[in-house]
Amino acid sequence: MILSKIELSGLRKTFGAKTVLNGIDLQVKSGESVVVIGGSGSGKSVMLKCLLGLLSPDNGSIKVDGEEVIGLSPRKRDRINRKFGMLFQSAALFDSLPVWENIAFGLIQGQRMNYDQGRAVALERMAQVGLSADIAELPPAELSGGMRKRVGLARAIATAPEIILFDEPTTGLDPIMADIINNLIVKCVKELGATTLSITHDMTSARKIADRIAMLYNGKLIWTGPATSINCSGNPYVDQFVHGCADGPIAIR
Amino acid sequence: MLDFLSLIGHAFLNLLRRLGFLTIFILWSLSHCVRPPFYPRLLIHQMINIGYYSLPVVGLTALFSGMVLALQSHTGFARFSAEEAVATVVVISITRELGPVLAGLMVAGRIGASMAAELGTMRVTEQIDVFVTLSTNPAKYLLVPRILAGTLMMPFLVVISDIIGVLGGYLVGIHELDFNSATYINRTWEFLEPLDVVLGLVKAAVFGFIIASTGCYHGYHSRGGAQGVGAATTHAVVSASILILTSNYIITKLFFAG
Repeated sequence: MILSKIELSGLRKTFGAKTVLNGIDLQVKSGESVVVIGGSGSGKSVMLKCLLGLLSPDNGSIKVDGEEVIGLSPRKRDRINRKFGMLFQSAALFDSLPVWENIAFGLIQGQRMNYDQGRAVALERMAQVGLSADIAELPPAELSGGMRKRVGLARAIATAPEIILFDEPTTGLDPIMADIINNLIVKCVKELGATTLSITHDMTSARKIADRIAMLYNGKLIWTGPATSINCSGNPYVDQFVHGCADGPIAIR
Repeated sequence: MLDFLSLIGHAFLNLLRRLGFLTIFILWSLSHCVRPPFYPRLLIHQMINIGYYSLPVVGLTALFSGMVLALQSHTGFARFSAEEAVATVVVISITRELGPVLAGLMVAGRIGASMAAELGTMRVTEQIDVFVTLSTNPAKYLLVPRILAGTLMMPFLVVISDIIGVLGGYLVGIHELDFNSATYINRTWEFLEPLDVVLGLVKAAVFGFIIASTGCYHGYHSRGGAQGVGAATTHAVVSASILILTSNYIITKLFFAG
């Protein structure tokens, strides 16, 4: 039996009267790349935040490597979070630190690596994502959107995590830069052998990086299947989303 | 009438709720002050930011306060021929009250606002969430250095503020009010007691703690983009100022009770 790397069961989260997640069930196997698609405000980011422990779900279970992570003590939670790397939607780079320190932050502060070693690893990761060492000392504010995403990706993989989460990795990028980021994600994930869970509404990105795609609608995963079958899902909601049609069963409120 | 009372009750409960959250936040932050890992580089950075870079604004405030105090007390005391008390009034007022309170309010505007804005921006741009994925505790990295630096550097600022404030009074005293320099200095020392200075320094440490804690609290819990960051900054300065004035009375009462 193959143990799921990540397993969400009956995950439920409400904010006041609004139910954002209404019983999510999802398994991600080791080494697999799963992409969750869904419209804006459908709860994709909430799902990732619950997985990372940034939000507490109201009900349900989250298992990482078979271990229940809901209700863990901060110390145990920290041990679990060491398995994760994450590329945030806006890259979320630390403004006060130069590029290389952003990338090496988890190594220097989280794993107590010394600054010289941290810098060496950061430069290595920068090369891996196609960034020149010239920008290592620049503050993030001086980088373009595409470069910021690459720095974010370098930071996400710097600690060689077992699981990498991608939150809208191509949002706000032009199609060429989006493709470059998608290629880098595929390459880096393959090199690390990591398990990935991504959320996006960019179908080109989803097709490129996913082994399996799941669609989130009204707080539930309404369809899950291989990335190759997304165009013939047989699900009218998925069809409408994939083809970007205004008319269909998905009501835009 | 019932609506009005309900409104007051609601506001009071809301105030208690916020005070409760602030207290829990402060205790949570303090618990991280005594548990490793520690970040001495960040502490030194914050100490320089709070202590060194606040010197101009605190110094100018103290200088003009001392000068105005000398002028005002001279005008008032001249009515009952007690002009010679000017130097004593200046030094005691500055060391006990004006030095720590004015420095506290100025630093609340400069540092409390800056902490709330910086942490608030980090919160709304998900930078604080990033810490979780990088195995770093945001409380230890962001809050502890700021709170410790605020508490340690305010007494330093108040000592400087006291010296400059007294100097301001002295300059006005000898140049504007025609006091003899030696007499003015003698009067300054004559009635100054160690307790006056100690009281000022105790207040300074408490005010520094309040400024840093409220700045961190409002910034750390900021929500809702630019508007939320703006609101956090305003709340940080307003609540720090109110808490400084309230705690000033409580500390003075404790020191001089009976």
